[in-house]
Amino acid sequence: MSKIYYLPSHEYVKVDGDIALVGISEYAASQLGAVTYVDVPEEGDELAAGDEFGAIESRKAASDLFSPVSGEVIEVNEELADNPRLINNAPLDAWIIKVKMSDPAELDGLMDESAYAEFCKKQH
Amino acid sequence: MNKELYSPLIFELSQSGRTGCRLPDYKYSSGAVSLPAELLRGEAPTLPEVSEPSLVRHYTNSSTNNFGVDTGFYPLGSCTMKYNPKVNEAMVGRSGISDLHPAQSADSVQGALRIYRTLELYLAEIGGMAEFTLNPFAGAHGEYTGLMIIRQYHLSRGDEARRKVLVPDSAHGTNPASAAMAGFDIVEVKSLPDGTVDLDDLRSKLDCSVAALMMTNPNTTGMFEHSIPEIAEAVHAAGALLYYDGANLNPILGVARPGDMGFDVMHINLHKTFSTPHGGGGPGAGPVGVRAGLEAFLPAPHVTCLPDGSFAVDEPADSFGRVSAWLGNFAVYVKALAYILTMGADGLAAAGRMATLNANYIMHSLKDLYLLPIAGPCKHEFVFDGLRDKSTGVTTLNIAKALLDRGFHAPTIYFPLLFHEALMIEPTETETKETLDSFIKAMREIAETSLSDPEAIKSAPHHTPVTHPDEDGAALDPVLTYRMLCNSTTL
Amino acid sequence: MAANPYIPHTEADIKAMLGTCGATSVDELYADVPPSLRMKSAYKLPAPMNEPELDRYFAAIARENKPLICFAGNGFYHHYTPAAITAVMSRSEFLTAYTPYQPEISQGTLQYIFEYQSMMCALTGLDVSNASMYDGATATAEAMLMAVSAAKKRRRVLISATVAQAVAEVCSTYASGAGIILEVIPEEDGCTCRTSFEEMLGAGDVAGVIVASPNRFGIIEDYSGFAERCHSAKALFIMNCHASPLGVLRTPAEWGADIACGEAQSLGMPLNYGGPGLGYLCCTKALMRKLPGRVVGATTDSQGRRAFVLTLQAREQHIRRQKATSNICSNQGIMTLHAAMYLGLMGAKGLRRVNELSAEAAHSLAEVLTATGKAKLSYPDKPYLNEFSLDIAEPLSADRWLAALEANGILGGVKIDDSTVLVAATEMCSPQDIDRYVATVKDLQP
Repeated sequence: MSKIYYLPSHEYVKVDGDIALVGISEYAASQLGAVTYVDVPEEGDELAAGDEFGAIESRKAASDLFSPVSGEVIEVNEELADNPRLINNAPLDAWIIKVKMSDPAELDGLMDESAYAEFCKKQH
Repeated sequence: MNKELYSPLIFELSQSGRTGCRLPDYKYSSGAVSLPAELLRGEAPTLPEVSEPSLVRHYTNSSTNNFGVDTGFYPLGSCTMKYNPKVNEAMVGRSGISDLHPAQSADSVQGALRIYRTLELYLAEIGGMAEFTLNPFAGAHGEYTGLMIIRQYHLSRGDEARRKVLVPDSAHGTNPASAAMAGFDIVEVKSLPDGTVDLDDLRSKLDCSVAALMMTNPNTTGMFEHSIPEIAEAVHAAGALLYYDGANLNPILGVARPGDMGFDVMHINLHKTFSTPHGGGGPGAGPVGVRAGLEAFLPAPHVTCLPDGSFAVDEPADSFGRVSAWLGNFAVYVKALAYILTMGADGLAAAGRMATLNANYIMHSLKDLYLLPIAGPCKHEFVFDGLRDKSTGVTTLNIAKALLDRGFHAPTIYFPLLFHEALMIEPTETETKETLDSFIKAMREIAETSLSDPEAIKSAPHHTPVTHPDEDGAALDPVLTYRMLCNSTTL
Repeated sequence: MAANPYIPHTEADIKAMLGTCGATSVDELYADVPPSLRMKSAYKLPAPMNEPELDRYFAAIARENKPLICFAGNGFYHHYTPAAITAVMSRSEFLTAYTPYQPEISQGTLQYIFEYQSMMCALTGLDVSNASMYDGATATAEAMLMAVSAAKKRRRVLISATVAQAVAEVCSTYASGAGIILEVIPEEDGCTCRTSFEEMLGAGDVAGVIVASPNRFGIIEDYSGFAERCHSAKALFIMNCHASPLGVLRTPAEWGADIACGEAQSLGMPLNYGGPGLGYLCCTKALMRKLPGRVVGATTDSQGRRAFVLTLQAREQHIRRQKATSNICSNQGIMTLHAAMYLGLMGAKGLRRVNELSAEAAHSLAEVLTATGKAKLSYPDKPYLNEFSLDIAEPLSADRWLAALEANGILGGVKIDDSTVLVAATEMCSPQDIDRYVATVKDLQP
């Protein structure tokens, strides 16, 4: 059973062992509107927690994506290239990158599901 | 008109064997030139084959699907869509102006150089600056040029640590984008509730890592930055320079000069304040002015006047380099100079004052129905934050589209970013009271219909040549050429 | 008031409007401007001119200029402007329109930009085009920025010494701002030195390579293998090309280029002392989202009608601010209509014929000039189209050569250095014009 954490910039990280799937939250997906493009890093890129790893575009907005954890990008979700709307349909399934974490202790600094729900409530 | 027959794409009017041109049939002594086959293209490009009358009808019909300043009123905030005088256009097409090659000797283009130098000096007088360059092609290009001048100024003093440019959160998007292109990091400065720069926030961000603060004045909420003397003092005390984005110069014509306010570098959008046509997105011009002491950093090449009264092209001593192949959009300068010459000092001052009066008149005529977050007096423009009564869910976008049905261009919408439902209105001085009244009437009727029949507004426009184009679809699966269109399964 | 044709306010209007504003004078609306900043006296400008005075003013200025029979190029070429273009370009529905952010009332503008994009893609062979850049030099600088952006971490860009000097200088400016290391691939006998290219690319960290065709000497270089070498080093191959010759020369796509860019003034735009011209920028579909500036796409409206809209706007400065692909906002706008109409009137056959005539005029001139013994081709073995570099034989000089021609009403070319002149010809140069050029040269006393 994987556990999920969030950043204030609305990325989630789903963790299974030392493997993390990073995507954007349901709240972020609904705010962004129909996603038209996702800019992703290359497999093998090394990320530090907080690094910008890509960007997500809708017709009239674009947001940078930040990595919640440090580690190596071991896979990018190729399906998003042809069908970026998967992110609108099921954001928690439509992960963007898969990271092999180098420091799982970083997760302690992130919001868990209930803390994030509270956080979203405060965003008007 | 027959749009069905003539308005499809020009490619769809093509018939093999037709032509729209007749070329000379000169017989040159060389005969046919043959080049190695591997240097030639494999097949001819797919271009239309149409007769001249077909082409003319195609574009004439399609032009009637367009709205322009000559069609009607553009209340477009920060864009200064004033009337484009016809006499200015007439000055360009003559021999001796349009048929000069940019590599001609200075001797053979003294008139062209006189146009440059005269306009440079007039703009310096209007901006309160020491010197101008006319090389930048547009406002954003002017910003970039100005920032490179600032960079060069700091580097020339051996001050390499100034990596930041401060930009108010109400700034035009080009400001941070230009600063980023010039290699600076961008730091946002907060606005006060009245839309002006928060001086305390500014002071907290000023240090020896700051190269410049970019500002418009009046700013994008239409407010005059009355603390500008304090701002200038703080910026200069920190060793930074003050940059003036001239997009909003129109209302202070004849009232105040950026140079006198303490600005060190500025650009002017000639296609705004100085009446040259927008052309659906260009060509514009973004001349850049500098205060005394910064002349040497201007881009190359530059037009100067020699002691004997003749004109020459040279390179400023410490120029940061070149931003254009030649000397910018010359034909645009001819038009802007014609405008200044026909307006004179009094005419320009009157333009600024009447632009401000027009804006305030609309603002006061609508503020009971539209939410005015910043009370005036405004200058050339002001911002509504949507309808006062938002209960029916009618948005700024809906209002903009409803205006199209009523024969008006939309205001600038969702900018500045300070307000969620920003509706930014700038009427300019060239509009009559009757036009403004008619616009006010339409805006009031839209506000009233928003309550009585909100769906009628939400579903607008109804009467435009196309309605509700699928913009999401366009971005998701871009079809950007005729070839892609032919291969598309959905279009 | 109301004495100015562009400001319609009568005294009664002003009074009524001030009343609505709750003000007694226009000055009150400026109460927030600190007195210390107010202008103490009017601008020092000449008294306003009426239309006849303005006409006389510019007529007098025009007489200070000397239009010449044009044998100069270096990026700007004197091709014929069909009258139909001038007529349609003056339609104020096009000329006085704003940027087409409201597609419902901008289909005229959006459609011609779409046609322009289609035609530039046909010329370059590439997949996508934007809605124009300022000029060929800034288009090339933006291509360089695209390459660095696409490469993410690599910062080196190589530019051939055979790219036009002004283009290279503008690239150098943009590189210095963006922290890009721009290095020059040396020239060898008028062409890009292939050995140096290989070595510099092999040194690694290269995001893109910029070359020109025709190059700064008018030479059509053979770029066989360049794209393959670039791609194997993960660098983009960028070609700077004047637009008109693309009608006959091997296309950037055929050379394997990822980006084509350059000046499109050669599509019949008036010289206008250097502006406005038109910068174009095309790329492969893979780079579509790195393309700066505006792009028009086709879609359908709610009634199923074809419609055109600005698309991919999320890359642009009004949305992405400092993260935008470029700061460009206004571009060369209506000049794309000029290009679309020119290519529409010419068609592929007309464009080919323009290039054939231009090449024949240039080659004829080169033959007779070299036969005088007063000059020789700088690169006699290299293929060229309508522009060539000429070495002026001593004791003559480039200055004397050009001065003598100017005295005879001819712009003889562009001075490259004291003994070299870059000469171009187009279909506007008649055989008689060529005779006049040659006769002037024959009369030149050593």
